[in-house]
Amino acid sequence: MTAKRVSYTLDSSLHSVNTAEETAQLLAAKAGFDEDNCLRISMAVREAAVNAVLHGNAYDPGKKMTVAFENTGRALVITVTDEGRGLDVSKVPDPTTPENLLKQSGRGIFLMRSFMDEVRIRLLAPGTEVTMIKNVSGSDTHLKEASK
Amino acid sequence: MSMKSMTRQVNGITIVDLSGRITLGEGSVLLRDMVRDLVTKGQRKILLNLGDVTYIDSSGIGELVSAFTTVRNQGGELKLLNLTKKVHDLLQITKLYTVFDVKDDEATAVAAFK
Repeated sequence: MTAKRVSYTLDSSLHSVNTAEETAQLLAAKAGFDEDNCLRISMAVREAAVNAVLHGNAYDPGKKMTVAFENTGRALVITVTDEGRGLDVSKVPDPTTPENLLKQSGRGIFLMRSFMDEVRIRLLAPGTEVTMIKNVSGSDTHLKEASK
Repeated sequence: MSMKSMTRQVNGITIVDLSGRITLGEGSVLLRDMVRDLVTKGQRKILLNLGDVTYIDSSGIGELVSAFTTVRNQGGELKLLNLTKKVHDLLQITKLYTVFDVKDDEATAVAAFK
């Protein structure tokens, strides 16, 4: 891979979520990831974009979501930023515990962490920045998660 | 491709053949409305055939869980049929695979309802 960074500023809409997902799929394939990893990366981006548009910006037409893709040569680094009130990740419960298993929502961040090699969530003022990294030689971390 | 559904009856079991994407927005809303409609009409034994579901996100997973609990709370049963590898893996990762009764064969699934 050769280093390259592209960034998209998108409206807070479901259409933008689909755009972010499709762009991730395309850029992951261009970066040389196999089909399974392209799917994992695009799913992680979709979940981050849903959080940004739905929970962060709350579909506010005055707020934007930014999705940036950086190909470092060793990894694909994806950053999704919203302008919402901010997500306190310490308050997000583990969706796989028995008391949370049948809850309808709350699996987005868990799936991001399952599909990517590294996920960092940072509070902005205002907003939330989610940085997701998939190494070129990324291991099947989702299988590690599944076996926990 | 957005989600589509077709409903049929086999030996008193309502089989719903789903196809396309079950994601936030249209797909998950269609699934929610369809299951609620079936339950309202008195259908308590529902088999969701996911064989042609190409993609599902966390919202779609949430709708499957909601469908499961909605039917169960009415004293019914909801089972899943023909998971693709993608959906199977998602249910494994989220530890929901053991929550749902998952079948690979329609006749076996229909016979498994009480």
